[in-house]
Amino acid sequence: MSKKILLQHINVPGINTLETYVSHGGYQSLKKAFSMTPDEVTEEVKKSGLRGRGGAGFPTGMKWSFLDKKTDKPRYLVCNADESEPGTFKDRYLMQNIPHALIEGMIVSSYALGAKTSYIYVRGEMMHVIRILEAAIKDAYRAGYLGNNILGSNYSLDLFVHPGGGAYICGEETALLESLEGNRGNPRNKPPFPAVWGLYGCPTVVNNVETISDVPWIINNGGDAYASIGIGKSTGTKLISACGNINRPGVYEIELGLSVEEFIYSDQYCGGIPNGKKLKAVVAGGSSVPILPADLILKTANGDPRLMSYESLSDGGFVSGTMLGSGGFIVYDEDQCIVRNLWNFSRFYHHESCGQCSPCREGTGWMEKVLHRIENGHGKMSDIDLLVDVAKKIEGKTICPLGEAAAWPVASAIRHFRAEFEEHIKNPDSCCKKHLHSEHALIH
Amino acid sequence: MTILSSNTIQEINNIKSRYPEGREKSALIPALHLAQAEQGWLPVQAMNEVAELLKIQPIEVYEVATFYTMFHIKKVGKYVIEVCRTGPCCNVGAEELIQYMEEKLKIKVGETTEDGLITLKTVECLAACGTGPVLQIGPDYIYQEQITKEKFDQLVEDLKIKGR
Ligand SMILES: Cc1cc2nc3c(=O)[nH]c(=O)nc-3n(C[C@H](O)[C@H](O)[C@H](O)COP(=O)(O)O)c2cc1C
Ligand code: SF4
Ligand code: FES
Repeated sequence: MSKKILLQHINVPGINTLETYVSHGGYQSLKKAFSMTPDEVTEEVKKSGLRGRGGAGFPTGMKWSFLDKKTDKPRYLVCNADESEPGTFKDRYLMQNIPHALIEGMIVSSYALGAKTSYIYVRGEMMHVIRILEAAIKDAYRAGYLGNNILGSNYSLDLFVHPGGGAYICGEETALLESLEGNRGNPRNKPPFPAVWGLYGCPTVVNNVETISDVPWIINNGGDAYASIGIGKSTGTKLISACGNINRPGVYEIELGLSVEEFIYSDQYCGGIPNGKKLKAVVAGGSSVPILPADLILKTANGDPRLMSYESLSDGGFVSGTMLGSGGFIVYDEDQCIVRNLWNFSRFYHHESCGQCSPCREGTGWMEKVLHRIENGHGKMSDIDLLVDVAKKIEGKTICPLGEAAAWPVASAIRHFRAEFEEHIKNPDSCCKKHLHSEHALIH
Repeated sequence: MTILSSNTIQEINNIKSRYPEGREKSALIPALHLAQAEQGWLPVQAMNEVAELLKIQPIEVYEVATFYTMFHIKKVGKYVIEVCRTGPCCNVGAEELIQYMEEKLKIKVGETTEDGLITLKTVECLAACGTGPVLQIGPDYIYQEQITKEKFDQLVEDLKIKGR
């Protein structure tokens, strides 16, 4: 039914091996790309309308064209495989099952950018994925897809996997580059952007795993063909990792523009809510994006069906919309407690703040503390506005967007579920009691 | 005498070649993983030896080792069980499981069993939210997904046998 680009062959036994991958059309884009100039490859990606799949949705071709090609410094492509945004597990799925898709994408993309050495930065916890990628890269070298003079093209590329050490912040691209240089993962001030001053002070492009894996299809079939899939400026397909209270958690490739309702209730995707429970809320794009209550995730404020696309999900701005983000789709049924979930996420951001900026370092701590006291029955009515105020004071005042990532969930949960916070404060026994017994296990 | 084995030293030297000349510091995180895999944790001497291999100051190593959650700068058990405590896993029962694990192992999160076999820790989202609750077991970092009490019991039994 829906168009498949990345997961077309996911069920083919042995698709994780080079041999089977090649027999299903793998690595064909190399020849095609080498018959074009690097700028022509970039042009095709521009035409495709492909937007970054890591969360921000920035047009990939445009990002590539910003790369400073005037200096004689080396240029780098770095793949962001840090995947740590709560609710997101699509990159891991792709790398684990079809590792060569990413490797092929890295080769074609590196060629377009003129990179001679490229790195895949994988979060350290995914040692199993690192082992898979390293073995696959070895096979690609052996087959002549990597190394010197690839397929007689005169183009040479070395590709390495680099493990992280456990830190969500290293998903932020400049923190990632710091980490790759062997430093603490402290995000850099921007500008200069990585396109000018990236890895080792050289022009660098950082792209998400899924973004890069989309490139071979675009080169094989043309940018126009890719742009004809999807809806409006949301071209192509997107991997959505669905979790929470649904019958069929997992990774789905959807054509952008699918309705949210179909995604949640169709047996082809999430398969509805278990045990006949009602849908309460959805966090549609990883923990950092605003939470929406059931009515607003299914329909926009204007009453139009909400679609899985960049534009439709953000329709209404933050008053009544959210974001497609990373594609981490978290579903909450009627039994889930919004306050407790928010406290959990606030603890996450506090834990993961790198500590460079006071609004983020202190603000995330405050939000966690205040939410903890509300959740445990010691909240005051004034705490609700205090939270809103702290969130506002973080937003826009930090070096990197982790500040916003921590503030948006708080602001949106209170906007849409204020009554639930009030109920917690007025009547702690009714809601919090069932959680209180496990309090001690989660303070650490 | 170094405490790092010649094998590990060799591997660290190999990894340096992945990065441009003069940028050997890039090998720091991979090197710390190797040192920790061998030692079980990162004693100061191991970090100092890594500094020497990468021609950087020891403080640069400590700085990094203390920033990243995967590095143990205090001694840990032979196996480290790290359970995800983030939202989506809690939607499917991680909180109750963590409590059960504490009871079963007779330790609190952050502690090590008396026999030195298992350290219990919590971690943030492991990118396995569709198959939660999830945990990983160091030093090999094997993921175990869709954990139940019964599965956890079995896991502990297996570690007891493996760790003998
Ligand atoms: C706190 C934070 C965490 C992030 N984590 C990731 C991540 O795990 N993976 C990712 O691809 N992008 C992540 N990003 C976005 C990256 O900074 C960057 O925009 C992205 O890698 C660019 O690739 P793309 O254009 O292909 O999406 C994160 C951003 C922030 C602020
Ligand atoms: S916003 Fe937070 S995570 Fe980002 S640089 Fe500032 S303190 Fe660090
Ligand atoms: S929330 Fe536990 S793996 Fe993502």
